[in-house]
Amino acid sequence: MYKLIISTLLSALILGCSSTPLPGDGADGVQVETRGDGTITQVTAGDLDASGLPRVLTDPQSKLSQRSIYFDLDRYEIKGEYQGLVAAHAKYLVDNRGFKVLIQGNTDERGSREYNLALGQKRADAVKRSLLLLGAREDQLESVSLGKEKPKNPGTGEEAWAENRRADILYRAPDLRGEF
Amino acid sequence: MYRGFRHFFLLCCLLAATFAQAQLSIEITGAGANRIPIAIPDFSGDSVAARVITGTVRSDLERSGLFQLIEANETGLDEDSPIAYADWKARGADAVAAGSVTRKADGRVEARFRLHDTQKELSLGGAAYVTGNDQLRAAGHRIADFIYEKLTGEKGVFSTRIAYVVKSRGQFLLQIADADGQGAATALASSEPIISPVWSPDGSKLAYVSFEKKKPIVYVHSLASGQRHIVANQKGSNSAPAWSPDGRKLAVVLSKDGNSQIFTVNADGSGAPQRLVTSAGIDTEPRFAPDGSLFFTSDRGGSPQIYRLPPGGGEPQRITFEGNYNVSPRPSADGKTLAFITRRNGQFQLAVMDLASRQVQVLTDSSKDESPSFAPNNRMILIATEIGGRGVLSAVSSDGRIKQRLSVAAGDVREPAWGPFLK
Repeated sequence: MYKLIISTLLSALILGCSSTPLPGDGADGVQVETRGDGTITQVTAGDLDASGLPRVLTDPQSKLSQRSIYFDLDRYEIKGEYQGLVAAHAKYLVDNRGFKVLIQGNTDERGSREYNLALGQKRADAVKRSLLLLGAREDQLESVSLGKEKPKNPGTGEEAWAENRRADILYRAPDLRGEF
Repeated sequence: MYRGFRHFFLLCCLLAATFAQAQLSIEITGAGANRIPIAIPDFSGDSVAARVITGTVRSDLERSGLFQLIEANETGLDEDSPIAYADWKARGADAVAAGSVTRKADGRVEARFRLHDTQKELSLGGAAYVTGNDQLRAAGHRIADFIYEKLTGEKGVFSTRIAYVVKSRGQFLLQIADADGQGAATALASSEPIISPVWSPDGSKLAYVSFEKKKPIVYVHSLASGQRHIVANQKGSNSAPAWSPDGRKLAVVLSKDGNSQIFTVNADGSGAPQRLVTSAGIDTEPRFAPDGSLFFTSDRGGSPQIYRLPPGGGEPQRITFEGNYNVSPRPSADGKTLAFITRRNGQFQLAVMDLASRQVQVLTDSSKDESPSFAPNNRMILIATEIGGRGVLSAVSSDGRIKQRLSVAAGDVREPAWGPFLK
């Protein structure tokens, strides 16, 4: 309540100031330095997020924050629309040899748990092969499967199943901090 | 004072809820065609203990679907009482069990009983079991096993245990319970999934797959001590454990070489994995039959089908041909039958194959059957299935006639594994 009153008073004061006529009105103002487009990007030393990973891997604005590659039913190859994303991750791994990734393959809920585990492995392996071809090193990569055990969408039906047929990329920094 | 009482009341509710959650409840949805009529009057002696023991015997036999209980309100009959065979026969009982329960000086309880055949008018024998006061139901299971074996000719499984996984409020609990779902105890609690539990042949350990380290790793867990050790943690996925008949090795599925393939590892975790089968596709879900042959699921022919590797090794033979999805092979302990899951019209159902004739019979009409597990006497098959969107266990007799459903009030139950006979 007090805060509201104070801020109202302050606003009134500022408004009052700006309405005061300037001395020498009509003359050119004093030239000040140009500030580009006026936006400022804040940089923090080390720039790590809470999990200890560089923000470029987790900032929603960054392509590398996209970690899921979705697959069609009974398919295990990376679709064209995800080639760019996989290439971006490969480039990060090439530029940052100390970083490792865990690729977790997933399936929809239908059928045997163990057979689905093997199917999820095929998806994770496809992503791993792609990263290897694009220059990532074997010792940076591990592909595993969660089968149908960790659905992103716990529902049932085609929409949920499509969300669950995927491979996720998890990162770990050289200091072992990160997502796995 | 009121406040204190309320706290106490809440605590009781909480305990009751926890207890209820841990217990499987059983519902029988079918019965055998020819049930044996049997009368089991309350055993004489210590009436409190006798009621627990005879109650357990009666519900065990009734739940099997092979017995019909004849009402018997007599009191005072014990194992030495003369049996009025003609009277019992007239009441429709083919068999009568009578016994007594006595509390010993050290606090333990002794149950003695004798089983009678009213048709042949003779005693079929009897036995005595001594148990702690908290193990009365175990004595009941032993007596039910005795009666079951004498009257059906096959061993009873009432004293055996089952393992299964409960998913409740984001927690995964690996639980062990009596075959009737009672006395559930948690062997492992985890915030990550647990799948594929399998009993060691001696019933002292479980092997399973745990995801607690963000990937599937195979553990062996000693139930009495709670000690566990890793038996397979190779790069990639480690899953689908199966004990060798002698309990010294486990077949496991490893993806370390880039494809899900079957290896063997030592049960104590020592040594390097040895390749058992090789294919260009997926090989998984290995299970040893008692003769040492290995059944497994493979998509080497284009769709997941069941194959059998002969005991000495060699070329695996395809076993299933109907349909394009046949998985989760489980040979029975006598090696005569194979239980598996088949997909028919998009429904995943339990099927059995007579291995001599290769005749297949689908046993259920459900749609999400998984993880079959034979009772050690081969008569029942425990599966996970789904009813009303919730995971439940279902026990189905090998002929499909008898069905029991086991569910947990506050959670999904899955991944059942029926333990071996008690030594």
